[in-house]
Amino acid sequence: MKRTIFRNQLLPWLLLAPQLIITFVFFLWPAGQAVRQSFLREDAFGIRTTFVGFDNFIALWNSPEYLNSLQVTAVFAISVTVLSMGLSLLLAIAVDRMIRSARVYSTLLVWPYAVAPAVAGILWWFIFNPTIGIMPYMLDQMGYDWNHISDKGDAMMLVVIASAWKQISYNFLFFLAGLQAIPASLREAAAIDGAGPVRRFFDITFPLLSPTTFFLLVVNIVYAMFDTFGVIDATTEGGPAQATNILVYKVYFDGFVGQNLGSSAAQSVVLMALVLVLTVIQFRYVEKKVEY
Amino acid sequence: MIRKCSASAVALLASLGSAQAETTIEWWHAMGGELGAKLEEIVQGFNDSQDQYAVQPSYKGTYPETMTAAIAAFRANQQPTIVQVFEVGTGTMMAAEGAIVPVHQLMEEHGEGFDPSAFLPQVVGYYTDPEGNMLSMPFNSSTPILYYNKDVFEAAGLDPEQPPKTWAEVEEFSKKIMESDAASCGFTTGWISWIQTENLSAWHNQPIGTQQNGFGGLDARLSLNGPVQVKHWENLKRWADEGIFKYGGPVGGDNAPPLFYSQDCAMIMNSSASRAGVIANATDFEVGYGMLPYYDDVEGAPQNSIIGGATLWVLSGKSDEEYAAAAAFFDYLSSPEVQADWASFSGYLPITGAARDQMADFYAENPGADTGINQITLNEPTENSKGLRFGNYVQIRGIIDEEFEQLMSGDKDAQGALDSVVERGNALLEEFQAQNQ
Repeated sequence: MKRTIFRNQLLPWLLLAPQLIITFVFFLWPAGQAVRQSFLREDAFGIRTTFVGFDNFIALWNSPEYLNSLQVTAVFAISVTVLSMGLSLLLAIAVDRMIRSARVYSTLLVWPYAVAPAVAGILWWFIFNPTIGIMPYMLDQMGYDWNHISDKGDAMMLVVIASAWKQISYNFLFFLAGLQAIPASLREAAAIDGAGPVRRFFDITFPLLSPTTFFLLVVNIVYAMFDTFGVIDATTEGGPAQATNILVYKVYFDGFVGQNLGSSAAQSVVLMALVLVLTVIQFRYVEKKVEY
Repeated sequence: MIRKCSASAVALLASLGSAQAETTIEWWHAMGGELGAKLEEIVQGFNDSQDQYAVQPSYKGTYPETMTAAIAAFRANQQPTIVQVFEVGTGTMMAAEGAIVPVHQLMEEHGEGFDPSAFLPQVVGYYTDPEGNMLSMPFNSSTPILYYNKDVFEAAGLDPEQPPKTWAEVEEFSKKIMESDAASCGFTTGWISWIQTENLSAWHNQPIGTQQNGFGGLDARLSLNGPVQVKHWENLKRWADEGIFKYGGPVGGDNAPPLFYSQDCAMIMNSSASRAGVIANATDFEVGYGMLPYYDDVEGAPQNSIIGGATLWVLSGKSDEEYAAAAAFFDYLSSPEVQADWASFSGYLPITGAARDQMADFYAENPGADTGINQITLNEPTENSKGLRFGNYVQIRGIIDEEFEQLMSGDKDAQGALDSVVERGNALLEEFQAQNQ
C-alpha cells in the first residue's frame, strides 16, 4: 500500500483551523475567562478589580445556600432520571409488544421532545398554577391543597414532573431501539424453559438492555443538571425559599441578576469540574464495564 | 439652471443627511406592552419637537435584564446614553462612580434652566445623594395603595365608602367578610418585600437599615428586624393560618391580583400604577381605594409611604453633544404636559409640582387616582421614610421573600425570619462594600 505524504506543514493546520478556532473561541476562551474571574472580586461595572485568591471558593463552601443548592440538585437530578427513565421504559415495553399501531404510538410519544424547555415550563406552570390551574382545582376536590408557591415539596414535584416529561420521548426512543435489538429467540427460549414474563424481563431483557440504560443514565443526569434551566426559570425561579434552586440556576441568578461575578464564576468552575467527573465516569466505567 | 440644480441637490443631500446631522442617543428601557407603546409615543413627541437631537428607544426585557444588558454593554464600551434602572438597582448604580453621570451634573453642564426645586422631594428624594443632588431622573414611580371590593364590603354589611384605616380594622373587616360569606379571604398583597416590609417600615417611621437607610454610605447595614416589623410579620402568619390573608408569591406576587379579581379576596395591597389594570380586570364589581393600613399604637404612624419603579440613569463615556441631547430630552420629559400625560395614562406618580397641579382635573374625574400621591406627600419625609439605598439589593429582596416563605411554612417564627434577613442581607452588604471600596 502506498502511503501518501503531504510535505506541506501548513495544510494540516489549515484543515484543522476551523475546528480549532471554534473550540478556542467558544469553549476554551470563555472557560479561561470564568477561571480567571473566579479568583477576582469586582464591582458590577468592572471599575475596581481585586485578586482574592480562593476566597470565592471558600465562601461557597461556607455558604448554606450553596450547600443547599448542591443537595437540591442531587435530589432533582436523581428524581428526574428515575422518573423519566422508568416511565419511558414502561412505554417502550408496551410499544415493543404492539404490532400494528406501534408506529403511530411512537410518533405521538416523540412529540414532547420538540417542545422547548421554556414552553414546557409555562405549560406546566399553567396546569399547576394554584390560582388558575386545573390540577390544583382537581387536587383540591380530592382534599389536597396544592401550592408550589409556598410549599417546597410541591415546587420540587412540579419541576421534576415538567423536566421528566420533556425527557421521556428521548429515553423512549433509545429504549425502544434497545428492545428491538434483543433477539426474540432468547426470550422465546426462556419462555420454553418455563420463565414467566416478569422473570424473562429481569433475567433476559433488562441485562441485555444495560448498555442503553447506562448510556441514558449519564445523558439524563447531565440533562437534569444542565439543560433544565428553562423549566426552572419559567416555573419556580428557584423558589420557594431556594427549594428548587439547582446549581445552574444559581450561577445565572448570582451572576446575571445579582451581579456577583466572582462568586458566579467560582460556581461555574465547580460545575466544569462536575462535568469532567461525569465524563470520566462515562468513559472509564460505563463504556467498559457494561456488556454489549 | 445649474444653480437651481445644485441647490436642489444640496437640499436633497441635506434631507438625506438630516438623520446623521442630528445627534442620536440610545435609551434602553424595560417597558413592554401598552406602557412601551406610550413610551415610544413620548419619544416620538420629543423627536418631532426639534431637529437637533433624536432619541432611539429600545426595549431590553425585564428590569434586571435591562440593567444587566447595560452593565455588560458598559464593560464592552457599547453602553447606551440613557438606561432605565429599577429602584433596587439604585445602590449598584450609585456606587459605580465613573460609570455614571449624575443627572444634576448633566443638567447643570448641558441643560437649560434646570431647577431642582420644581421636583417633588418625596419622589426625587429616593434618588439624591446625601447633599440632596439628583442622581437620576425619575421616570415611572409608584407607591403601594389599598384596593378593595365595594360590592363585597356591602354584602358583608360594611360601609362600602370606608376602607379600613388601621391593621386592626383590616382584621375586623376581614372576619366580618368571611363570616358573612361575602368572600373567602380578607386580603392579599403583591410585593412582600416592597409593601409589607420596606413600606411598612417607612409608613411607621421605622428604620430599614443604619446610615439613614443606606443613604449615608456603603457601611450601612440592615436593621429591619425591629419590633414593628416583627409584629407585622407575626400577624401576617397568624392571618394566613386563619385564612384572612393569602400569600400571592415571591417578588411582585403574581398570584395576588387574580385572587382579588376573582373576588376570592376582598382587598389587595399593590402598586398605585396597577390601578388601570385593576379597573380593567374588576369587571363584576366596583373598586374602592384607600391608603395603606397602619398600626395606631405606633407613634408617628402614618408617616409617608415610599416609592418604587424606575429612573433614568446617564452613563459615562459619551460626547458633549450626546449629553446635550440627553439633557434636552430630560427637560422635555419633566415638562408638566408630558408628565401629566404619562402619569394619567399609566397611573405612575407625577414627578413635579407643576405636573401634579396640571392633573387636578384628572384626579377629580378619576376617584382614587390621587391616593398614591396623597400618601407619599402625607408628611415631610424623615430619615426612615425617604427611601432606601443598599447594594446587592436585588438579592436582598429575594432573601426577604425566602425568609417570608420560611415563616409561612412554619419553619421559622417572625423574629427568626427577620433576623435571618438581616444576617444574610448584611453578608451581601459587606461583600458589596468590599467590591466597591
